[in-house]
Amino acid sequence: MSSSPLLEVKDLHVYFPVYAGVLQRRVADVKAVDGVSFAIARGETLGLVGESGCGKTTVGRALINVLRHVAPDVRLKGEVLYYPPEGAPVNLLSLSTKQMRPYRKRIAMIFQDPYSSLNARLSVREIVREPLDLHQPQMSIRERNERVEWLLEKVGLQPEYAERYPHEFSGGQRQRIGIARALATNPELIICDEPVSALDVSVQAQVINLMEDLREEFGIAYLFIAHDLSVVYHISHRIAVMYLGNIVEIGTRDEVYFTPKHPYTQALISAVPVSDPRKRGKKRIILEGDIPTPINKPSGCSFRTRCPIARAECAHFTPELQPHSATHYVACPYVDQEFVSVGEEENGLLQ
Amino acid sequence: MTNGNTTQQPLLEVRDLRTYFNIEGSWAKAVDGVSFEVYPGEVLGIVGESGSGKSVTALSIMKLIPDPPGRIVGGQILYKGTDLVRLDYTDMYRIRGKEIAMIFQEPMTSLNPVFTIGMQIAEVLQAHEGISPEDARYRAADLLTRVGIPDAEKRLDDYPHQFSGGMRQRVMIAIALACNPSILIADEPTTALDVTIQAQILELMLELKQQRGDAAIILITHNLAVVAEMCHRVIVMYGGKIQEIADVFELFGNPLHPYTKGLLASIPRPEIPEYRGKRLVAIPGNVPSIMNLPKGCKFCTRCSVAIERCFTVEPPLVEITPNHFVRCHLVETTLSTPRILDGQPLQETMSL
Repeated sequence: MSSSPLLEVKDLHVYFPVYAGVLQRRVADVKAVDGVSFAIARGETLGLVGESGCGKTTVGRALINVLRHVAPDVRLKGEVLYYPPEGAPVNLLSLSTKQMRPYRKRIAMIFQDPYSSLNARLSVREIVREPLDLHQPQMSIRERNERVEWLLEKVGLQPEYAERYPHEFSGGQRQRIGIARALATNPELIICDEPVSALDVSVQAQVINLMEDLREEFGIAYLFIAHDLSVVYHISHRIAVMYLGNIVEIGTRDEVYFTPKHPYTQALISAVPVSDPRKRGKKRIILEGDIPTPINKPSGCSFRTRCPIARAECAHFTPELQPHSATHYVACPYVDQEFVSVGEEENGLLQ
Repeated sequence: MTNGNTTQQPLLEVRDLRTYFNIEGSWAKAVDGVSFEVYPGEVLGIVGESGSGKSVTALSIMKLIPDPPGRIVGGQILYKGTDLVRLDYTDMYRIRGKEIAMIFQEPMTSLNPVFTIGMQIAEVLQAHEGISPEDARYRAADLLTRVGIPDAEKRLDDYPHQFSGGMRQRVMIAIALACNPSILIADEPTTALDVTIQAQILELMLELKQQRGDAAIILITHNLAVVAEMCHRVIVMYGGKIQEIADVFELFGNPLHPYTKGLLASIPRPEIPEYRGKRLVAIPGNVPSIMNLPKGCKFCTRCSVAIERCFTVEPPLVEITPNHFVRCHLVETTLSTPRILDGQPLQETMSL
């Protein structure tokens, strides 16, 4: 892992319109992503966690600039800067579909559902070769086919499987095919959206290990989007936590997992069941209620409606990420104050 | 906590249960000779991956196996002395929902979208307790409050789509608990939910269990961490058979079956310093289809320590240390008179 940046997201906003009425007027926006900034270095794995509806998948899709295909009326703001190995950074969000094409081979994607993400009518060879057909037309058919077989071997599938069809494979094997397809064009970044959550427990570890091996061998960076925190901890260098379209905390995996500062992260981590009965009954912060809808977000800090340390001021401003260490940023101004007040009490006692 | 205290009378006894499915003319042995007991007051976990037979075991107890294609072809399910397998539809109707209740994985699809929540809870009460609609509605509101839904009186008239996933699972729990059943079967109750909501629901289940000390929960899941948090005893299933039964502390501290060991080594466990950041040890291969199980030990094709005998002879489920049962040729019992938890093998000639 190097420290040279690969991708930098600056103040990303993604609003999906909501239409209603006879005239189908735009009446509101789903604020799926509401001001998100982070960076990924070359070879780094950034874990992106949060509960359903927090916008983590939308962030992943924004990075490869496909949102306009998903929803033509989507409102996008902010920048997604891609740093090529040489030359000036490019804002991917400002590119048209045609301009985007050369960058698509640099950023690939792996999807959650290994059943629906492979075209059932194409053979494994065609599926894995498709990115090469599109992006490497200068390669001869024979070269491309050879590369397909090489890729299948890399992901632990026998090259003979190339002529088979997706339905002949189990979930874990299909996910390997998806990974081979993502690797085809030698990407620098792979966006992995819940890549193991649909797999059986005994197969998850195979895919996680494979992803780690490929990272080591090819120096690929991952944006690892998932809700299973122990898996995210295992594979990530850094972890970002999202809530209702905002990053509330970001830091190294140990900072976020073992010393979470934001009240939401603390609740999230405390809710993770521990796979050791001796540690049973750890103190849980049980959050009241459900996540508010992103159409009608609470004013100010969007977590304040469920926050155990919320105060009146929280309704009036949107908290910014503030540094707690060189790598650890938290979007809550009051977590530090609590810390300070404890210190003051101790001083008082000492005096 | 009973911790498998065998001196107690079991609430439910499953003996040599066999549930097969007819798939294109051949029989898939989804559950093939499963025997276990459920004791009053315990939370019994059943863990396994897809196709292990854990859900089919639960549906067999409830007699909710769709026939055709499925059928309970052998064994007994003794609930307070009655064999549920032999009960006809009307007799089972009196047990289901009243004595044994079940909650399912999908809170999205297990409620009827065209009836209000209030009607769906009241239905159970009216069917089993024959009380008036007014009383049923009153009780339904009380149940909703108990499962932590605010404004229960008002929300009785809401429809399922007006509830979030976690709320729907609470409603399912309210329906399941309406008649105060002695056994609650929870089949992956939190799998579809977010982790903070999962914590709420698990907490709620334990809380409600504490209110009735002699009731038991059978918790079916693929999530070992949920088992570690919730259960007293654990059954590990693979390929339609029980592979290991042990007290939860024993199972996590001293797993003996290669499959159980493999499962525990293949999940990230950041809370345990020795495992933190270490490469996971994956179980090779894929979960076999139940149409295509090996002849001997069901796990032999993926087992790293399998010997020749494993491929031809299925090992029995033997008591290794008191109340710890393992189905493996390579694990030797320490007891002089170990119990063996297998019934007689089904005669091949038996007509299906």
